[in-house]
Amino acid sequence: MSLLLKNIIRFFLFIFIQVYILDKIPMISRFAKPYLYYLFLLWLPYTMPRLALLGVGFVFGLTMDYFTGTPGYHASACVLIAYLRPFLLNVLLPQEKSEISYLEPGVKSLGFPQYAAYIFIMTFIHNACLVFIDWMSFGDILYFLIKVICTTAISMLLVAIAELLFLRKSRFKTNTAY
Amino acid sequence: MRNIIIFIRRYITFFTLLVLQIICISMLVRYNNSYNAVYINVASSFTGFFDKKYNDVEYYFQLKKTNKQLAEENAMLKNMIMTSIGKNGDTSTNKLQARIDSLYRDTLGRNVKYIFTTAKVVNNSLYSENNYITIQKGSADGVTTDMAVAGPKGIVGHVVSVSKNYSVVMSLLNHNSRVSVTLKGKPFTGIVDWDGVKPSEVLLHNVPKNIKITKGDSVITSNLSESFPPGLMVGRAIRVRPDAASNLIDIVLETSTDFSNLQYVYLIKNVFYTEQKSLEQATQQQQPVKAK
Repeated sequence: MSLLLKNIIRFFLFIFIQVYILDKIPMISRFAKPYLYYLFLLWLPYTMPRLALLGVGFVFGLTMDYFTGTPGYHASACVLIAYLRPFLLNVLLPQEKSEISYLEPGVKSLGFPQYAAYIFIMTFIHNACLVFIDWMSFGDILYFLIKVICTTAISMLLVAIAELLFLRKSRFKTNTAY
Repeated sequence: MRNIIIFIRRYITFFTLLVLQIICISMLVRYNNSYNAVYINVASSFTGFFDKKYNDVEYYFQLKKTNKQLAEENAMLKNMIMTSIGKNGDTSTNKLQARIDSLYRDTLGRNVKYIFTTAKVVNNSLYSENNYITIQKGSADGVTTDMAVAGPKGIVGHVVSVSKNYSVVMSLLNHNSRVSVTLKGKPFTGIVDWDGVKPSEVLLHNVPKNIKITKGDSVITSNLSESFPPGLMVGRAIRVRPDAASNLIDIVLETSTDFSNLQYVYLIKNVFYTEQKSLEQATQQQQPVKAK
């Protein structure tokens, strides 16, 4: 399956999972809302140019907003993590290799601790951005902090489940020397 | 000039980020203020299709509950007709009166202030900070914004935006929702809103302490509400949130409507809504506020 087709399928799959499964789950408390859809942006291939990443992030977030009826809410958070992603990956990628030999970020290509850090930081930023937008219209600072922490914890759990359920075959880049 | 272009080219991603964020925030702000109809028109024709497909499946799992609700409501309405006919004996004029009152619209079209129509719920959010409900009736069926929406047991919300075949309803469970209500049998009219804690509880604010509240007191829509007919159930008091500092208390209400199981709702059209609004506006324009 070509990379483009795979990502297009993923695009819709993540949105449907978020809108029709995760959003329908009764909340444990008002602080913990399960988010998973942004994992699509974290799994995009390394080779994407930064501008394209921003564009995809914007379109992806806006599509999510179409379903929830909150224009700009998810899009804002998605654009932010799409912008920060290359910087974080630059820091986390193994430096000694002259070229990146895998196509997308994953446990194999980054190594477990780096990958966990990557997911955690991105999840945290994404949730902080969403809750911050909420907080600007209502709520207090304590609510803001607790909600970011709880939502991040739930999201991390979901990402772990997603990683275990959908074993991605981490393919080598075809034209490298390996 | 050349330097500016070089500068922009160098930081092109950052500038794109800024532009996109500004677009996002402006959309968010504008939408929250005016419930942009254009956005909903595009959105609901696209997402309404998927919402309908999803609801087709979900609907079957709730058929039992939905049936029970409708049967209970039917029984209640039948009882109401029986009592209104039987109360004053069976003189023919009273029977006629009851029949005219229960007509959906008389031949002059002027007898009834509120017209009820049904609509199918196709999407219902419950666990967001601001919840909206999508129903499958739009401007093609005569739905307009600010129409009231009620369920079989109590009020649900009001229409905020309309497309051709779908409308979006702001549910009671929304931080922007305000409904004018009154305590049944007590001299108090106030505002009900939602604090986002639980999807089954709403708050009635600023009730004076001298009004005695007992658990289970009914709260109904007041006659001051423009879109809601007076006397519809909103909820029942379950506890009081005391405030030592002021002379007022907040009452926590359990909503009459079960928002987790909402399949059919009633759209309530106030026939005189535009007339009332235009009169009020005209009065305000005629009497400009004088400077002190």
